[in-house]
Amino acid sequence: MFRLDHYQLDNRLNDITLNINSGEKVALLGPSGGGKTSLLNALHQQCADQIAWCPQEHGLVESLSAYHNMYMGQLDQHNALYNLANLIKPLAEPKQAISELSELLGLDPQQDLWQPVSQLSGGQRQRIGIGRALFRQQENFLGDEPVSSLDPVQAQQILELILNRHKTVILALHNRQQALSNFDRIIGIKAGRIIFDSPAKELIKNKYQAGLLDSLYE
Amino acid sequence: MNSSRNLSLAFLIVALLCIPFADLAFYQVEPWDELARMGQGIIQPSFPELSILADSLIITVAFALIAVSGAAFLGLLLALVFQSRMVRIFSASIRAVHELFWGLIFMQIYGLSATTGVLAILVPFTGIFAKMFAEIIEQQSTVPYSTLSTKADRLSQYFYTKLPQAWPQMVSYTRYRFECALRSSTILGFIGLPTLGFYLETAFKQGQYDEAAGLLFSFFILIATIRWWFFTKIIPAYLLIPGYLVLAFIALPDSPAVYGSSLVQFLTQDIWPKALLNGDASASIAWYQHQLFDVALPALWDTLVLAQLALVATGLLVLLFYPWASKAFFPKQFSFMRGVGRSSLLVLRSIPEMIFAFVFLLILGPSGIPAVLALALHNAGLISYLLMRHSEQIKYRADAGKGINHYFYEVTPRIYPHFLSLLLYRWEVIIRESAILGILGITTLGFYIDSAFEDIRYDRAFFLIVISALLNIVVDSFSRRVRRNLKR
Repeated sequence: MFRLDHYQLDNRLNDITLNINSGEKVALLGPSGGGKTSLLNALHQQCADQIAWCPQEHGLVESLSAYHNMYMGQLDQHNALYNLANLIKPLAEPKQAISELSELLGLDPQQDLWQPVSQLSGGQRQRIGIGRALFRQQENFLGDEPVSSLDPVQAQQILELILNRHKTVILALHNRQQALSNFDRIIGIKAGRIIFDSPAKELIKNKYQAGLLDSLYE
Repeated sequence: MNSSRNLSLAFLIVALLCIPFADLAFYQVEPWDELARMGQGIIQPSFPELSILADSLIITVAFALIAVSGAAFLGLLLALVFQSRMVRIFSASIRAVHELFWGLIFMQIYGLSATTGVLAILVPFTGIFAKMFAEIIEQQSTVPYSTLSTKADRLSQYFYTKLPQAWPQMVSYTRYRFECALRSSTILGFIGLPTLGFYLETAFKQGQYDEAAGLLFSFFILIATIRWWFFTKIIPAYLLIPGYLVLAFIALPDSPAVYGSSLVQFLTQDIWPKALLNGDASASIAWYQHQLFDVALPALWDTLVLAQLALVATGLLVLLFYPWASKAFFPKQFSFMRGVGRSSLLVLRSIPEMIFAFVFLLILGPSGIPAVLALALHNAGLISYLLMRHSEQIKYRADAGKGINHYFYEVTPRIYPHFLSLLLYRWEVIIRESAILGILGITTLGFYIDSAFEDIRYDRAFFLIVISALLNIVVDSFSRRVRRNLKR
């Protein structure tokens, strides 16, 4: 599915060799500035069109409503006329689908959905960014710290939502516990290099492996 | 800071070198009489008959509104295809010719009609909108776009990401342009269209300063109340603007019969020299040579000298003006002083250069001084206002110096790069305006263009307009290069 072979990017990524198969649930861990985002970008470019993509900056369009920001995930499913009509007056079908989705994300489909996103809080904005990616309805989900500004309970719910709805998931995370308890495979990145790449189970059981995890943040 | 300093010094030295070449004589030795009468007019303004005043105000607004609506729409369309080199060159060349010159051109075809008034503003503004909208769209983040499927059609992508992202900025720029258009529309009165400027010029020429003052005050009120009668939030814009547009079309003056030439004849015959039309190559070359060396280049030189002096004078005035309106220097206790500073800047920036120049010409006589003063005061008002806002956004330490120390150590050094880049932005405008002030009798390009039109020598007028457009394009690209170097 995703394959990098001695991949090099300026001085941000160094000699990365990586193979991620379809169906894997992978978490990227590591200090900030270590290369997680660069690695995700490199993976995203490999098959951008089959990926639900959730970048760290969310990429929200400030003057549009939350509804339209989520709808944008399916622009390619309809013709231009349909899309423009929906811009002027939300159409019934996507309205229904997005209302349901927003409830799953903990957003009020009556209120939050119709505000310009510039007026929403950081946590709400983050969920709208995820909403757009979910609405893409792809098999693969790539996200850069998608739940970083949510409270632990909500973060867990939304992580499960992402994991259940996608076959392959690759997320950069900064919460170790979230990574270990939800994902099968953990990749540690620091200073542009892969420090370790092992199953989550090993990291929990094996003392030596757990030490690797600690050294990542030293 | 070093490159800023070098640039400032270079400008200053060039300006000093220009002084001996500029016509800076005082022709009017006794300006005080005139000044006293003007002062009296300002203290005791009189207003013309209400029907005339209302009519001229309505026509001024109607021209501006129709022109800006049309130009914003066309500009947006051009902005969508701004990658095309042809489109860029086209936009650059239509915006390089001043509204008044466009007015003079269209007047030959459509006479003193509403068509002339609207087109004179619409054409150059379309070029300006195209460039600005394209720049605004380009500045927007590409992240929203990156989260979309690349398979979505371009129109949908555009309407969901780039356009809504750019929208707020484009709206606020269009608002600003509407104010500019009101000034341009007023000024079109100076070449005979029935806007406010027409009555203003007449009043000034007849020495009826009380009436001139009354007209000027009306103009101020028009600009100062714009947020109530136009940018109001009571009626939504999508109802208000179409409503006003319909009213504007109704209010357009009837066009008098036109005795000029047809568009085709104008484009194929009038603007080309006889020799060229007859196919006489050597005579055509001789004609162009004569126009270039005996008319265009001397006029160009005068224009540049004047603009250079005006630019440096503007810069000096800005450094003098801006602190008086800024919270950085006059915190809460001094809000009165700041209010005075702010209103003065508002007055300076809302009076068009042309009107300043006209008044100063009456006082000081026809030389370069009134032109330099007019350009410097208007532009200093505008830049000082922007700079004052910038100086208020900076966070200062509680133990920062006060007064003159604050000015020289804290504020000015920090805003200086911004100041220079604003000044460079205005450079192009100052040059265009220096050329146009010639219409009032100062020997810049505008003087020769205006007299060529008066003598019905369209071939010469056209040639000189092309020269002034080229000048603008060259200065524009030069100033962009200097700004880029400044950023490094």
